[in-house]
Amino acid sequence: MQEYTITVFSENNIGLLNEITIVFSRRKINIESLTVSESEVKGVSRYTIVAFMDEGKVENIVLQIEKIIGVFKAIYFEAEEIVHQEVALIKIAISNKLNGNLEALVRNHNARILTVGPDFLVIERVGYKAGNQELFQELEPYGVLQFARSGRVAISTSQKDFTSYLKGLAEAS
Amino acid sequence: MEVATKTQNTDTMSKNTNHLSGAEILVRSLVEEKVDSIFGYIGGAIMPVYDALYDHQDELQHYQARHEQGAVHAAQAYARISKKPGVCFTTSGPGATNVLTGLADAYLDSTPLVIITGQVASGFLGSDAFQETNMIGLSMPVTKWNFQITKVEEIAEVMAKAFYIARSGRPGPVLIDITKDAQIATADYKYKKCDFIRSYQPMPELDMSQLEAAAELINGAKKPLLLAGQGILLSGAEKELMEFVEKTKIPVACTLLGLSCFPTDHPLYVGMLGMHGNYGPNINTNECDVLIAVGMRFDDRVTGDTAKYAKQAKIVHIDIDPSEHNKNIKVDVALLADAKQALSLLNKVVRGAEKPQWMKSFKDFYQLEFDKVIKKQAYSKKENINMAEVVRTVSEQTNGEAILCSDVGQNQMASARYYEFKRPNTQITSGGLGTMGFGLPAAIGAQIGDKNAKVVSISGDGGFQMTLQELAMIRQYNLPVKIIVVNNSFLGMVRQWQDLFFDQRFSCTKLDNPDFVKIVDGYGIEAKRVSKRENLDAAIKEMLDSPNAYFLEVVVETESNVLPMIVPGTSVSEMRLE
Repeated sequence: MQEYTITVFSENNIGLLNEITIVFSRRKINIESLTVSESEVKGVSRYTIVAFMDEGKVENIVLQIEKIIGVFKAIYFEAEEIVHQEVALIKIAISNKLNGNLEALVRNHNARILTVGPDFLVIERVGYKAGNQELFQELEPYGVLQFARSGRVAISTSQKDFTSYLKGLAEAS
Repeated sequence: MEVATKTQNTDTMSKNTNHLSGAEILVRSLVEEKVDSIFGYIGGAIMPVYDALYDHQDELQHYQARHEQGAVHAAQAYARISKKPGVCFTTSGPGATNVLTGLADAYLDSTPLVIITGQVASGFLGSDAFQETNMIGLSMPVTKWNFQITKVEEIAEVMAKAFYIARSGRPGPVLIDITKDAQIATADYKYKKCDFIRSYQPMPELDMSQLEAAAELINGAKKPLLLAGQGILLSGAEKELMEFVEKTKIPVACTLLGLSCFPTDHPLYVGMLGMHGNYGPNINTNECDVLIAVGMRFDDRVTGDTAKYAKQAKIVHIDIDPSEHNKNIKVDVALLADAKQALSLLNKVVRGAEKPQWMKSFKDFYQLEFDKVIKKQAYSKKENINMAEVVRTVSEQTNGEAILCSDVGQNQMASARYYEFKRPNTQITSGGLGTMGFGLPAAIGAQIGDKNAKVVSISGDGGFQMTLQELAMIRQYNLPVKIIVVNNSFLGMVRQWQDLFFDQRFSCTKLDNPDFVKIVDGYGIEAKRVSKRENLDAAIKEMLDSPNAYFLEVVVETESNVLPMIVPGTSVSEMRLE
């Protein structure tokens, strides 16, 4: 089993998310992370899907996603073919436990404090999943109130043609 | 939201395009799409559509099924025979869920359908209202496209899209769920046919370098074999296939759904592929040097163990659906095109000499199969009639020119093996899904799709009882369908597997059947039973000569197994003759 990042471009239509996930669930493949948002073209959604699967399967999965009416393109990448990030937000309680340790933690992890309330503060870190997880674990002893992590967003290092294709669509509509 | 008032008469209604109800718009969309037949079943949430249909009876004939599954199977066969999308109406909830089997069947067998299901009013969606089911969610995995209409303004555009998607590219079923309030509300009507959707490429561009690579393999082949699938029939490429074969002298084998795309009496026809296909083409799949697969998808019933499938051969795969390439079998050349396009381009560049040695090996294998299997089954000397004899007799008496609708199981394999198809597109059967109960409603749809054709339905006693209520349709619309039930009082194919693989433990396969002749008689259809060989010919003749619908039960051998057989998990070249 290998980790793949799959990028899908589709119309922003009701039900398409469901259609796309069915391609995975019917093969009993779990989706590790999923991010859907508008792409650079208005009305076109960009999906970033992370899943583990056998090497032989991914090509067919991508073709079956592309077959869905409403999907423009689906492309799969291995880890080295993409630049990717995740965002983590961590809310911690303000208490004596912090005791001056926070600054070092924030600095070492390249995190930042987004807001401070009367009895809590929210820290944001952008990076790989593992690094975000590490920060969470180091903050845990100080009393983490909430921990929220985004899915992966990814940009390929090679893919160029699709941007022009999307621009063409934008001009056509 | 305005409610349509019915003050106009039919004449002025058909001219007026302003202020029409959603139901009226939907029905007019069907007329625009040249629909002439609708299969369906009325119910609460679709009543406005049926009310609108009342004014269009001169241009749209509605066929009232007795169960929505019957309606959808009839629509499937209608579509395959008439080459137009089959249209169904059902109500919401149970009416809609009853078409799911047909949708799954049509999706696997690439049959164009437009199914209209009624839905509760949009304000009730998600409230578990009476007869509310999430049909979009339910049908998503078994449709090419689906859409829920909640606003009257959407109807014309969505209907145009539905027909375009159903019939273009690799055809498939589309489901349109329409809320009751959208059927009742009014809008102005303007219909524009759809021929483009920006996220959908029905006819992908053919890579000419792949075409050249294919031609090179074909022209260099010493022992080539062509596998002809339903894609030939769907794209109407029968003539192109014939030209290709006559130019290249390549032997042709058909998949189950490809049957009738090439005449079985042609010297280059070598038989059917697959688990119960003919011996020669299966064995020689693992002997050929170039395999040309046209409009077929390497189903597991065709390939047997894929690890031992045609490993020695270079494989050329012509299919319009890119997700079929390299899905089950890795191929050397993938041609992304429909069969007609690919074959007509190839026909300009291919050639080939006679291959007497290669053809002889098919003849020898056929002789072996004839001696070990065909003689015993199609010309049985046993006391009881074999279902192979029934099919052979029907084939001889109809000169292989009737449309044959088989059900699923042994009757289906006997039909496929022993009917000599002489005319293109004359076999209707449930291939991918293997839906028992498909055969009888399919025969109804086939007869409606070609009113002049002789249509013969062959079912087993199991499958016949799954949809026999549709005998009422045959009677109501006076369809001259000929219905044969080969009765072995068993679920024969499962019994065969119990016999071969489950130590003859016949768990739940014996059927204690009713008197079929009495039942059919109750529907007002002439019915006879035959159980002796000496009466079989005359009984079939009487059936075929009848100008009306006719039912013939043939009591057949119980213990007979369909052979030859590729045992699951084994290779095509390990096919068993006994």
